[in-house]
Amino acid sequence: MSLQLDFPAVLERWPHFLAGAALTLELAAFSTVCGAVLGTLAAVGRGAHNSLIAGACKIYVEAIRNTPLLVQIFLVYFGLASLGLKFSAFTVAVAALTINVGAYTAEIMRAGFEAIPRGQIEAAEGLALSRLQIYWHIILLPAIERVYPALTSQFVLLMLASSVCSQISAEELTAVANYIQSDTYRAFETYIIVAVLYIILSLVMRAGFWGLGLVLFPRRRRLGTPL
Amino acid sequence: MQQPPSSEPIVSLRDVQKSFGPLLVLDGVSFAVERGEVLALIGRSGSGKSTALRCIDRFEKVDGGEIVVCGHRVDRPDVDLRALRQDVGIVFQSYNLFPHLTIEQNITLAPCAVKGLAASQAKDLARKVLAQVGLEEKLHAYPEQLSGGQQQRAAIARSLAMQPKVMLFDEVTSALDPELTAEVLKVIEQLAADGMTMVMVTHEMGFAKGIADRIVFMHRGKVHETGPASILTTPTTPELTQFVGTGNLKS
Ligand SMILES: Nc1ncnc2c1ncn2[C@@H]1O[C@H](COP(=O)(O)OP(=O)(O)OP(=O)(O)O)[C@@H](O)[C@H]1O
Ligand SMILES: [Mg+2]
Repeated sequence: MSLQLDFPAVLERWPHFLAGAALTLELAAFSTVCGAVLGTLAAVGRGAHNSLIAGACKIYVEAIRNTPLLVQIFLVYFGLASLGLKFSAFTVAVAALTINVGAYTAEIMRAGFEAIPRGQIEAAEGLALSRLQIYWHIILLPAIERVYPALTSQFVLLMLASSVCSQISAEELTAVANYIQSDTYRAFETYIIVAVLYIILSLVMRAGFWGLGLVLFPRRRRLGTPL
Repeated sequence: MQQPPSSEPIVSLRDVQKSFGPLLVLDGVSFAVERGEVLALIGRSGSGKSTALRCIDRFEKVDGGEIVVCGHRVDRPDVDLRALRQDVGIVFQSYNLFPHLTIEQNITLAPCAVKGLAASQAKDLARKVLAQVGLEEKLHAYPEQLSGGQQQRAAIARSLAMQPKVMLFDEVTSALDPELTAEVLKVIEQLAADGMTMVMVTHEMGFAKGIADRIVFMHRGKVHETGPASILTTPTTPELTQFVGTGNLKS
């Protein structure tokens, strides 16, 4: 048994790999931003006095966390189609990934909110700040700061999980790999390259989050304890 | 600083009742604080001092009785909380500065967000109130870079920046060692001298004796004895006698 690897045959398709990697990163970026907002709102909603809002948020979070991502993607894809709505594969993918990561973000942010000492909130109430102002000025950043590592891991995980979007023929990295390997009959080499590219994308994202952390948490920079 | 007796008190509690579940914590508490007056709430642990203080700023809802603070009917469900809390400043034992904001940002936040003060005006204000508590040089520091006493003084400055009509203090020096306690008490003394109306829960009997116009001694959810600071030296009830006698009367 001998292993014969022919990377050049596969690597000559590098523009395709690159385009796929770029699309994966784009998918991840859009759904991270949208998912972060959606998840934060859902986390706030779960703490709402209105039990209808709190209940709806809880159902959303639990439904998503207990179904496979691929099924969610198909639900959005075929759901929109059966409503007669036509969207690009990219848009559908971003929507599904946003809904997915939003639920996980909500859980993480809820833990962050709960970690804010009650006294902080009372002090803010004592200063006549409104509920919304308290969330915005007092709770949000310290909560994000507390769960930042968990949050960023979740977003990197989302980028990796976006590979299942190949199933609805979004032209992301895994989809590109699938057709290159069927073209070249060099499956092993193809997926080695794809794996390396995913690692690079992960590192790029982590570097991005590290930089964002510097901007979001100036106190940590000042005190020499960046996240 | 005392106003003629005809003027409305800044704070008045009448027959206030408050329970936590089956536990009756305030059992018909009444007292009033006139403009410019300093009232010290004293009593054993669990006697209801914090609860009484928190009712004034409506951090607790009362079950019965009447509370009027700067004209706001605090006991009513329709009280305008934001208006009430602009008139009342409250400082807690645990400082509760916002850790992610600089001292300046801690101070300017509420005046800007609540009163709509322009940023430049708010910064001037921050400088002014920090000077009042002797912390001008800490304007750009973060709370965790300050000592406990400095954090507590910054918290007082943050409250002052809202220009409250009355200040509430709940054992603001209990977390501090004696040296830091002294610097915070000095700030409060200065406030009293400037005519600020204050209600303070304190275990510093010597301080209460020196600064308070009136003492309210609470015992089992009731105002057990009340009067001028001299009641600490010549108490009339056995409970207060015992309370001041058991080493609580520090100088
Ligand atoms: N949120 C709450 N829920 C239930 N019980 C409470 C609550 N807050 C206070 N209590 C109880 O009410 C009683 C009075 O508490 P309070 O904090 O007013 O006492 P205090 O006089 O301030 O005591 P200390 O000197 O220890 O601060 C205590 O028995 C306390 O356990
Ligand atoms: Mg107390």
